[in-house]
Amino acid sequence: MLPFLKNLSYNRGMRIVNTQEIQNCVYRLARKAGLSLTDSCRSAMEEAEKIESGAAKFALNTLLENERTAKREQMPICQDTGLSVVMMELGQEVFLEGPPLSKAVDEGVRRAYRDGNFRKSVCDPLTRQNTGDNTPAHLHVEIVEGDKIQISFLPKGFGSENMSRLYMLTPSEGRNGIIKSIVETVKLAGSKPCPPVYVGVGIGGTFDSCALLAKKALLREVGSRNERADVASIEEEALEKINALKIGAQGFGGKVTALGVSCELRPTHIAGLPVAVNIQCHCVRCEKEIL
Amino acid sequence: MKKIILPLDEKEINSLHAGDSVLLSGTIYTARDCAHRRIFELLDKGEKLPFPLKGAIIYYAGPCPAPAGKACGSCGPTTSARMNAFAPRLLDLGLCGMIGKGEMSGETAEAIRRNKGIYFAAIGGAGATYGNAIKKATCVAFEDLLSEAIYRMEVEDFPLVVAIDSHGNSIY
Repeated sequence: MLPFLKNLSYNRGMRIVNTQEIQNCVYRLARKAGLSLTDSCRSAMEEAEKIESGAAKFALNTLLENERTAKREQMPICQDTGLSVVMMELGQEVFLEGPPLSKAVDEGVRRAYRDGNFRKSVCDPLTRQNTGDNTPAHLHVEIVEGDKIQISFLPKGFGSENMSRLYMLTPSEGRNGIIKSIVETVKLAGSKPCPPVYVGVGIGGTFDSCALLAKKALLREVGSRNERADVASIEEEALEKINALKIGAQGFGGKVTALGVSCELRPTHIAGLPVAVNIQCHCVRCEKEIL
Repeated sequence: MKKIILPLDEKEINSLHAGDSVLLSGTIYTARDCAHRRIFELLDKGEKLPFPLKGAIIYYAGPCPAPAGKACGSCGPTTSARMNAFAPRLLDLGLCGMIGKGEMSGETAEAIRRNKGIYFAAIGGAGATYGNAIKKATCVAFEDLLSEAIYRMEVEDFPLVVAIDSHGNSIY
């Protein structure tokens, strides 16, 4: 960095962070995420196991035991260590120095997937040639107030991602249309996305921001409720209707088809009602850190 | 739980019913999307396949790299439905069955019934459990596909559920 810039930023009270620190943080988060479920996911799975029977109970038992095996053997819980989704909230009083941010994030992913013996699952969409190191990561940066950096790492498996859908509803379809879209997505997915699933829903925004909202909803704890009562009631009713589908763990039939539904929303155009439904399998892996 | 050892004869296959939990041991071959495309190219050209199809079990999976001291890394099943385009032809050519996760099409179920085959569901997401049960893994074709290559695996006590049996019954 140029000396006068450093002085300027110092004088303005900017906090200087080297992107090497961000690289190391992404590395730590990725290594950890591949080997453990979130606490809220594990609790929901344990609750589901208690009330199921037959093949669904067998599946849930196997999965809970699998996480213990993963910890003991230091192996990824699931071989689909996913596309690397990185959500960053970057305080606007942070001055970044060092290699470009996206390169630093990719380097953290590259090292973590190599050292952790994680699968490299990224390829060119046409030639299908594997990039060999699980990069590029999918980095979303939001500039927020303050001088902190919050980084969330979500390894996203594609058995579930493939089953996700985006609806451009009309305003008159309203609340019922939203719930119908959520339930329909889970029904069409059936046994394919590794149920019991966790459902992230984006409501409003544009075609693109709606899908990102759905992904962000997956960062919330399984079982948490949106602060707005009208949104929380959509989450509750959708969950009830999804579980009435009786798809069950692995599609073997049962009471628990979804562990949770989380909805996030933002204002949209007077002419539209976008709804994005992002399916996450039962293997909810998400690690966060604040720098 | 019932233990079964590959290869399975007709009597054993007929005695397995949709919904049965089993522990499977023996030799299996991994193949997923890209490997299937290449297998079909070889079949279309009338060329020899890199592994004997007759009586074989294909595992729809792509493993993580093996950590030091292990035969294989995490290796749970992938979504079988993507292989509906390939399974019936392979079953007609002598493939005994498949291991994967989730439902398969009516056409695949019919090919399983017609050929007295079988489809086992592995528990999707249990990658460490299956990886640990793989005692030997050798790449036999398409090494350039990395995790999508074909691996011959010796497995011990794979926990599975019979999903579509030789009578055409399905758990889904």
